[in-house]
Amino acid sequence: MYQPRSERIPLIFEQGQPGRANRYLPSDAQLSDYLPAENLRAELPLPESTELDVVRHYTRLSQRTFGIDTGFYPLGSCTMKYNPRVNDAVANLPGLRDLHPFAPDELSQGALRIMYELERSLASLFGMAAFSLNPAAGAHAELAALLIAKKYFSDRGELNRQTVIVPDTAHGTNPASASMAGFRVVSLKSDERGRVGVDTLRAVLGDDTAVCMMTNPNTLGLFEDHIAEIARAVHDAGGLMYYDGANANALMGIARPGDMGFDLMHLNLHKTFTIPHGGGGAGAGPLGVAEHLVEYLPTPVVRAIAKDGSTANEDSRTYWLDFDVPKSIGPMRSFWSNFAHIVRALAYLYANGLEGLTDVSRLAVLNANYVRVKVAPFLETPYPEICQHEFVASAQELKKQSGVRAVDIAKALLDRGFHAPTMYFPLIVPECLMIEPTETESKETLDQFIAALEDVVATAKRDPQQILDAPQRTVVARVDETRAARQPDLRWRAPAGVT
Amino acid sequence: MPYLPHTKRDIAQMLDAIGVASIDELVRVPAAVALRAKPEIVAALPESEIVRRFEEFAGSDRATTMASFLGAGAYRHYCPPAIMALAMRGEFLTSYTPYQAEVSQGYLQAIYEWQTYICLLTGLDIADASVYDGATALAEGAIMALAATNRKKILVSRAVHPNYRAVLKTYCDGLDVAIDEVPLLPGGMTDPQALRDALSRGSYAAVALQSPNFFGIVETVPEDVRDAFKRSGTVPIAVVAEALALAAFPTPASWGAQICVGEAQSFGVALAYGGPYVGFIACTSDHLRRIPGRLVGRTVDRNGKEAYVLTLQAREQHIRRERATSNICTNQAHCALIATIYLALMGASGLRNCAAQNVKRAHELVKRVSAIPGCRLQFEAPFFNEFVLNVGSSAADVLKALQKRGILGGLDLGRFYHEMSDCILMTATEMTTSKDIDALCAALQEVVRVPASL
Amino acid sequence: MAQPPDLLYSREHEWVRIDSDTATIGITDYAQSSLGDIVYVELPKVGTQVAQFSNTGVIESVKAVSDLYTPLSGEVTEVNEALENDPALVNREPFAGGWLFKLQVKDSKQSENLLSPDSYEELIAEAQ
Repeated sequence: MYQPRSERIPLIFEQGQPGRANRYLPSDAQLSDYLPAENLRAELPLPESTELDVVRHYTRLSQRTFGIDTGFYPLGSCTMKYNPRVNDAVANLPGLRDLHPFAPDELSQGALRIMYELERSLASLFGMAAFSLNPAAGAHAELAALLIAKKYFSDRGELNRQTVIVPDTAHGTNPASASMAGFRVVSLKSDERGRVGVDTLRAVLGDDTAVCMMTNPNTLGLFEDHIAEIARAVHDAGGLMYYDGANANALMGIARPGDMGFDLMHLNLHKTFTIPHGGGGAGAGPLGVAEHLVEYLPTPVVRAIAKDGSTANEDSRTYWLDFDVPKSIGPMRSFWSNFAHIVRALAYLYANGLEGLTDVSRLAVLNANYVRVKVAPFLETPYPEICQHEFVASAQELKKQSGVRAVDIAKALLDRGFHAPTMYFPLIVPECLMIEPTETESKETLDQFIAALEDVVATAKRDPQQILDAPQRTVVARVDETRAARQPDLRWRAPAGVT
Repeated sequence: MPYLPHTKRDIAQMLDAIGVASIDELVRVPAAVALRAKPEIVAALPESEIVRRFEEFAGSDRATTMASFLGAGAYRHYCPPAIMALAMRGEFLTSYTPYQAEVSQGYLQAIYEWQTYICLLTGLDIADASVYDGATALAEGAIMALAATNRKKILVSRAVHPNYRAVLKTYCDGLDVAIDEVPLLPGGMTDPQALRDALSRGSYAAVALQSPNFFGIVETVPEDVRDAFKRSGTVPIAVVAEALALAAFPTPASWGAQICVGEAQSFGVALAYGGPYVGFIACTSDHLRRIPGRLVGRTVDRNGKEAYVLTLQAREQHIRRERATSNICTNQAHCALIATIYLALMGASGLRNCAAQNVKRAHELVKRVSAIPGCRLQFEAPFFNEFVLNVGSSAADVLKALQKRGILGGLDLGRFYHEMSDCILMTATEMTTSKDIDALCAALQEVVRVPASL
Repeated sequence: MAQPPDLLYSREHEWVRIDSDTATIGITDYAQSSLGDIVYVELPKVGTQVAQFSNTGVIESVKAVSDLYTPLSGEVTEVNEALENDPALVNREPFAGGWLFKLQVKDSKQSENLLSPDSYEELIAEAQ
């Protein structure tokens, strides 16, 4: 049997021979038959391999990649839950996969209905007036939301509203998006309970406040229990509330950002709604807004009307893309949505229904608390209270005792067949490990993970060098990131003298 | 519930370990923010029923069963089945951004290969691990140029994809950056004189030019325009909406582009009603510190063995926060993987041949349709796989009539260029059959009005 | 370790050496060791006017980035070009070969706002 080994896999550019490609299409034409030769490219220095060689190459590369399908992946804030295969199957139906974005509305009714249904469902599930499926990812939706805020205040003549408030536990995308939309950022220090303090917030609110961006549960896995007061304070100051939906997996059927007073929000469908992360994307980041901001949503907007003029009867509706929305901030991307992912998300919604989604969130919270209480005896948990879908642990004490840091624990977990938790985030917890088990993991898997983590900590105390030398069982040992950054090698180049 | 493993006994044991009596105690929220209304969501369906419903939706997308001449930034190309067989492997599909390099060497190597492919195709020094799509690539490229030059104005050709220009405007509105447009020549190309004048007048951070342009025309950049780029200190940005054309024409680097942005959907990525696609950004090494998104670098491990890792992360939002060059976090890695596998399967000769087949089909098509009374080729310049057909009366009406005959004739240009409401942007690729062309010609003959003078 | 006695220090962990009207600026040993392996230094352009304690550059390590503040006002007369190819110089020799930039000092009185070696030593003792 073939065992994945650890020897170097040559780059695709170092493989093959000229003459081994060009098998898929007729070859009865030359570019120069139709175009002036001086307009054409002289050389195209790409490798040529047989199909078998290409299949082997990428199969071998896949064997050196850890996915949810490979093992437990408790990466905090990333919601690495099982990605059901039926979602991929329906996204791959030719009537959905092969639809051209400029196909006329009347011939794209199935696709438009999928978009409309998901949009309506999300609005109801999260308590917002409407969603746009336009943004390609969470950060993209944040940018769109802040552009909406900017336009909204500008329309109201409140040009002084230039400040975006971001807690110090926020995802890095929040302040980065605010800068991209031309706002100034004020960072808000969390209180000793890991939450935004209402008084701390009040101290920075003013007539320059545009938006306050919050994650709830926050990145410590804690519910912001003063959220109603916070929202009131921001609204009283004339600002808008933004909900970062990265952690929405804790909330479905339990609470709604709309009910908490949020005016704008995004979801990461690639987290909560089981879209495969695919090595870092593509994702999808629907953007939700309250009633007063609906007219600013990006274009196009999916609309529906029944033959009798109402929107009631879903089977007699006609759907269309509305590009003519005068107050819209405009489009955020080339075409309408990451549609294949909209399909996947709706399939997931169908598979669960409201009760199922509520159970998803309840069991995500159960799993996180279970791991938290089991880990607490051997690893510091700086916020020892009921958490939501994730929690943070800290290797600070362990580091003092043994010199073993969060990164070393992460690497030792890799050797034990688990993916590492998120490390060093949020920034306010030293030697932070952020653990999000998700609801699709069984108690057996959680127990195995807890045992592995305990073993790592025990080994660290007994024989720290063993942990400092991890990982040992992966195809490469710890990677020299300093060298990577100091001497960037970002592409292959043909050896001198070879073309 | 389909994807939940918990038995009643598991739940009881876990609650016991936590020391609470019920899950309700774990998920309790303050009364002030409790649910105000029960969400209205469809009742759960069994998997067999889910598939049936989506088959029904798919069946009502009748556009997918018709002969189609649509392109305009989204192209139907042949995708060898080996692509999906590889890309859908669970290890690739269900992995996250490769933060833990030691267990992500395979994906990291594939992205390093993607970066290399983009460099080889564009002739530029470096490329990132992907951005959302062509339009956002243009916006991000423009932001790089704003940072590089400290200027607040962008110049863009009117022959750049209208959707890309619209997205550029959305982004620039947030940054209070002005956009000026370069007009077209009557032949459908960017007006070089107007471009030179604009460059000499204003201080622009960047100038964006697309080739093949939105009308399919191969734009060339004359020597005096290249000189104007240099004199004005403006960063030339090449825009690519049909990446297959990179296999046919001289590289953007060869005419002086410092940044090349574009869409690589053509490399094996499904049309999927507009996404997900895959944007790319390549640039000269001077712009290394400003390129947005992930970058994979080759380095060594502790034992000196070759290894790959995400690098130069201090540029990125998760470290630099409000000082980051871009807010991008999620990219389009899986689509980039698909494109990489596509390029590996096609090889140089396969890709070039595919480009030749596109050109051949488009030229066959133009020959046939421009011979139809009432139709004429709007622009005469060399083109790749799309061209503009003037049908002498409302393009929207002609397209509607073609639709009734089971044909998607192309894009009504009046939608984006008010002076071109009689014009259709028509696309042919290697997937266009002679039968499709015959059907289109027969239908056009029926629906296009012949001017009275003939 | 003791701080070099012939320098003045800022609360942001920069040091400055003043020779008549020229000031040489760098970051302290404490700063470089807190940052870890430095991979890139972004410095002001020669000829730029900078104001005391304003942001004049960025220092990047593998996983952190920090702003650089000038301890004095003045015109930038020289930057350490060796850092472009070898940013690790800042780690190896923070007080010597790893200097960052030089200024033509505008107002020598501003040095009153800086810390003596002893006061800076106290500052970092507190931080630890």
